[in-house]
Amino acid sequence: MSLLEVAGLTVRSGDRVLLDGLDFAVGAGERVGLVGGSGSGKSLTALALLGLLPAGMTVEGGVRLAGVDLLGRSDRELSAVRGSRIAMVFQEPRTALDPLMRVGRQIAWPLRAHRGMSRKAASAGAVELAAKVGLPDPERVVRAFPHQLSGGQRQRVGLAIALACRPALLVADEPTTALDTTVQAGVLRLLAGLVAEEGMALLFITHDLAVLAHMVRRVLVLGGGRLLEGGALADVLRAPAHPVTRELLALARAGAFRRREVAP
Amino acid sequence: MTRVVLRRPGGVFGLAVLGLLVVGGVVSYWWTPFDPRAADPARAWLPPLREGHLLGTDRIGRDQFSQLLAGAGGTLVAAVASAAVAAVVGVALALAAVLAPRPLRASAVGLIDVLVAFPTLLLAMVLSAVYGSSLATVVAAIGIGFGVGVARVTRAELLSVLGSDYVLAARASGARTGRIVRRHLLPNVAPTLVVQLSLVMALAVLAEAALTYLGYGASPSSPSWGGMLHEQQAHLAARPLLVIWPGVAVAVTVLGCNLLGDALRDAGDPRAVAAR
Repeated sequence: MSLLEVAGLTVRSGDRVLLDGLDFAVGAGERVGLVGGSGSGKSLTALALLGLLPAGMTVEGGVRLAGVDLLGRSDRELSAVRGSRIAMVFQEPRTALDPLMRVGRQIAWPLRAHRGMSRKAASAGAVELAAKVGLPDPERVVRAFPHQLSGGQRQRVGLAIALACRPALLVADEPTTALDTTVQAGVLRLLAGLVAEEGMALLFITHDLAVLAHMVRRVLVLGGGRLLEGGALADVLRAPAHPVTRELLALARAGAFRRREVAP
Repeated sequence: MTRVVLRRPGGVFGLAVLGLLVVGGVVSYWWTPFDPRAADPARAWLPPLREGHLLGTDRIGRDQFSQLLAGAGGTLVAAVASAAVAAVVGVALALAAVLAPRPLRASAVGLIDVLVAFPTLLLAMVLSAVYGSSLATVVAAIGIGFGVGVARVTRAELLSVLGSDYVLAARASGARTGRIVRRHLLPNVAPTLVVQLSLVMALAVLAEAALTYLGYGASPSSPSWGGMLHEQQAHLAARPLLVIWPGVAVAVTVLGCNLLGDALRDAGDPRAVAAR
């Protein structure tokens, strides 16, 4: 039995079918990439897994985490799973942190909510987590407000929040797309290292096949709300079966080419 | 936060005005230079600074400075209490209009739209017709009347915060609605709310004066700025100064509330604190 089993996941908004019968599984400790162009339903898939779809969307099918069905659970039941068993890293570090709350409290909160830690223990835990995600001077950083940190630092804070309760599955939705190329590499290395260290499963969502190369072994290609193909990353890169995959591959190559051109 | 308010000239001015109101209102309970209610026909129409009357006397010889001082308390109570009522009404209605189950949410939105269209002064007159004229009636009417305006603005702000990434992220790390409201929604709409409420305080000062002027406020025997304006309007052409004193008092108070509101909004936002 896999850690995460998704069967026939279908999301509708009125008459429109946004996700059409997705079937996939992620094993415990496995890292899987979910690739697709803009509007392919990548982020929607992530939100559907956590039960955070916007109001007005209906969902069918099955999402099972360690054998327990998550769809159709009450918000109260799901909130006990979110942040403790499944956690998520968001795309835009500039908006994913509450601007009025010191980052230490934002990191500490999952510890208090899911682990029942005291305020004091949780803030000590926040400092530890800040150090773990490579934030400089963690004692000081936890007292900062989000606007006082750089984009890369904020994304590390997001990572610390997600990792706080050592979830079994980490969903990373384009975690480096909004960052500079140089910062990207650091955050990716950190993410790969921490996931390996904690033995977490990772669902890495991106439009950029080039980013996936060092992150995952297996990849799923999403287009128009359907799974188009899937398999070992090496095989998909060598022989892309679907035109959409070929297009994404061409884009990744062009991106790599551009990067080489700018490099001194 | 106080430091930030004190660094703004507007904040200092607003605090000073409110401070003067508080001091004036409190002091007038025990002491005024003359009895603000006592008529002394022998000393009617005195100009300022004559026979100890700092701002002069009116047509029946009542000391204007004492009346202003005694009116400050009522004005202050009206402003603060109206803002408190408006805050409760506004936040409760706005939260209901955003978070309540669908049918309730729709009726809250409808209620806001209907009440916004209902003139506040008319509401005050209806209330005082039913419950009698008193400061409490005025406060209730102004609080509810302006509270729905606050609710409308707060609702729009709540919707935008509710759709933000950080609320989604908080939910993704397991926060439920109660936590989202307390820790994310309310703090993030607070700056707008503070500005709105400072405006309500300013409008309440105006409305209280207007209602008393029209005869719907506190009883005519108790001194108030609106009552002074009401009594002296008949002699506006002959004795303009007597209208100017309460007029200036109302205007300065309104300005002070507005400037203090702006300073408080900046103080509630760590980004603004860093920027200046």
